[in-house]
Amino acid sequence: MSAVPDVVLPQSLKTNPRLTSWVRFNPDRTVTVFSGKVELGQGIVTAIAQIAAEELDVSLAQLSIVPGDTRVSPDEWYTAGSQSIEVGGLSMRLACAEVRLLFVEAAAKRFEVSAAELRVREGQIEVPGTDLKTSYWDLAADVNLAVEATGRAAPKPAAQYRIVGKDAARRDISAKLTGAAYVQDMELPGMVYGRILRPPAQFATLVALDAAKIRALRGVVHVFVSGSFVAIAAEREEQVLQALEAARLAATWSAAPKLPEPGEISSVLPALPSTRSITSTKQAADKKTVVTRHAATYSRPYIAHASIGPACALAEFKDGKLSIWSHTQGPHHLRGQIAKVMGLTNAEVEVIHRDGAGCYGHNSADDVALDAALLARACGRPVLLQWTREDELVWSPAGSAMVVKINAGLDADKRIVEWHHEIWSHTHIKRPGWAEGINLLAAWHIDPPVPVPPAKDMPLPAGGADRNAVPLYDIPKHEVAYNFIADMPIRVSALRTLGAYANIFAIESFLDELASQLGVDPVAFRLQHQADPRARAVIEAAAKAAGWNPGATSDGAHGMGMGFGRYKNFSAYCAVVAEVEVSEKIRVKRVVAAVDAGLIINPDGLKNQIEGGVVQAISWTLKEALQWDTERVTSRSWETYPILKFDEVPEIEVVLIKQPDMPGLGTGECAAGPTAAAIGNALFHALGVRARDLPLTPERVANAMP
Amino acid sequence: MSQSFTLKVNGQTHTVSAEPNTPLLYILRNDLKLKGTRFGCGEGQCGACTVLIDGKAVQSCDTPLWSAPGHDITTIEGLGTAEAPGRLQQAFIDEQAVQCGYCINGIIMSAQALLIANPQPNDEQIIEALDRNLCRCGTHVRVLRAIKRVARSAA
Repeated sequence: MSAVPDVVLPQSLKTNPRLTSWVRFNPDRTVTVFSGKVELGQGIVTAIAQIAAEELDVSLAQLSIVPGDTRVSPDEWYTAGSQSIEVGGLSMRLACAEVRLLFVEAAAKRFEVSAAELRVREGQIEVPGTDLKTSYWDLAADVNLAVEATGRAAPKPAAQYRIVGKDAARRDISAKLTGAAYVQDMELPGMVYGRILRPPAQFATLVALDAAKIRALRGVVHVFVSGSFVAIAAEREEQVLQALEAARLAATWSAAPKLPEPGEISSVLPALPSTRSITSTKQAADKKTVVTRHAATYSRPYIAHASIGPACALAEFKDGKLSIWSHTQGPHHLRGQIAKVMGLTNAEVEVIHRDGAGCYGHNSADDVALDAALLARACGRPVLLQWTREDELVWSPAGSAMVVKINAGLDADKRIVEWHHEIWSHTHIKRPGWAEGINLLAAWHIDPPVPVPPAKDMPLPAGGADRNAVPLYDIPKHEVAYNFIADMPIRVSALRTLGAYANIFAIESFLDELASQLGVDPVAFRLQHQADPRARAVIEAAAKAAGWNPGATSDGAHGMGMGFGRYKNFSAYCAVVAEVEVSEKIRVKRVVAAVDAGLIINPDGLKNQIEGGVVQAISWTLKEALQWDTERVTSRSWETYPILKFDEVPEIEVVLIKQPDMPGLGTGECAAGPTAAAIGNALFHALGVRARDLPLTPERVANAMP
Repeated sequence: MSQSFTLKVNGQTHTVSAEPNTPLLYILRNDLKLKGTRFGCGEGQCGACTVLIDGKAVQSCDTPLWSAPGHDITTIEGLGTAEAPGRLQQAFIDEQAVQCGYCINGIIMSAQALLIANPQPNDEQIIEALDRNLCRCGTHVRVLRAIKRVARSAA
């Protein structure tokens, strides 16, 4: 079968064109679908199952899904960037539509009817009103699925959906609430428990460790030392923790090269060496005259993933073959990287996804997989290796800090006619498999060390630090400049939204500043510069649901603010209105988020993602900043890295805009930037105070007071 | 040195052998295979490992094994199973009050302790009972809804 020339297959289907990579009919009259997208707590496995069941016309109960298993699942890059519905879901939809078509055509041939006369229901294929009946399972021998997808099968029109677009209960919840469910809970016969002794400072190297002394401790099975990588295995978990503490006391380390003096991000980052480039520019033909200018500088700190469950992996090295169970976002990439570090072929390594604790970007899941693999090979037994809380905060890649300076010009009609957006930041992506080299912590610590690869950020249109830096408003002239700081004092990589969080915070705060100077209502000011009807619709919907009252004055303690963004400028639209109460600190009392994510697969799942995005963004915005001194990260526990608590969480209302005929868009990340801006703008509304450096702590608010 | 200890967990008696200072968490997870209690920080700061001891919410990561005998210990497995979930577990399923879910069992145990002491808590009391539980995914509003659902049904 040759490809239909004018059909563009989504990336996942292009990479994995064989239909057998996606769908299998089982002898027990069930169907299994394979996805490269994995569960990170976002509910994607349920949503992908809905899409598959819909297109195949089977029930959800007949369908199971195997996500992220390098032995059988398609390679779908990473589960990241809100791409799982947009690319993974679309690929699954087209693959299933084509599978269904092949079966319908086979049935039509068998019954000598036209394909249009056939109906598929619960996997039964029949000509209604006759006794001509067959099924996927009965026809399986007649249909060859070992063919490449062509994209010739038109997926179902949204109007015919009966599974997609309806709330579906998460498939993974019941196991999680009643017992073992995560990679952390797995066991293998003969398994030992592993921990890593990490250097005490960011760039310290191991000088000496009496491994024999640690090896002699009760229960210790193996102490693996290679360069500055120290891994310990013991029969019991409490024993490996005791050995870890003993090793910590016994080890001596070199003095580490210094980190930059800590301080305000807005001063620290621009002082670091950087290279400047223009990453987006627009110059409309009709030149408008600038009569007034405004400039302001914003910043965000380094932010930790801070998952509740420290990273964990189970590894077994048996008969020359390495098996790893991991909560990675990219099983195929991880396999390639680990194979390279350990001198194995890809065929000798398998990575099987198992759920872990919440994942909000490139966290420590990949690192711990290599840790476990190295220790499993060294000690000859299966190893369950989990990081400590301190490892997790100190050694997981952080989200990159950023400084954003905006300078805009307005014409005599109070319209923005020029916009300059200048960024100082590091890369926002340094995943294993992204760009060249090996991005796994242990690989940099072993002997001989694998060099730390140079940083390379993701370019626009998706963007890294400059994600969402291009203002999504009708502005005739703009320029985005990126001062890229290659050397990072703190290890960084992808954290939910990459640069969008800071850019939208800056843009949307700045718009409010302009509106305030001009004496225009902030919502009206946005709408004056916004022609995109979908953008206008979410802004208006959020304002309406929140009870936005133009010109409302504050009582000196309460305020309401808005933030808007379209994630990556081509994904989901989200407008957020926050109500705050400010006394000593900012309390967010109520949040309304309006979202247009195109076709909605699982409305309740989408709401859950938005609620979570809002709460996490409130936590970042009010509380979070990874601290360091000249040697090390000093945020080492929940006491030194506090996150939002139950008594600080507002009421949240999510308004979903229905667009069933538009492509489905991911929503894990669209709420963060608008939430931050809405809080900052609500603070301004409450007190008339503009705090531009995140997080908006009581000290920052006090310092911003006139 | 390892010693033998007799524990009563979810109504059943178990004998385990370990060092007296071993955190109860590892005994529950690794010796008794009750994996629904999770490790989060090991420092009693996040609540992922919360269990009930004599009906009170306790963080098992900083509860030494030696202090546990003679008490009634309840883990999430003691509240129900996937086939027959307890009322809090069912309420969390009904509200889909889970994102990654890693913190949730600790939260449910804190809520269970509250409901034992006070079957009809008000909103402030529910929030206060969760003061030692952290959630990173931001599932808070659903968690509170799920607990209120049970609190209301007791009325």
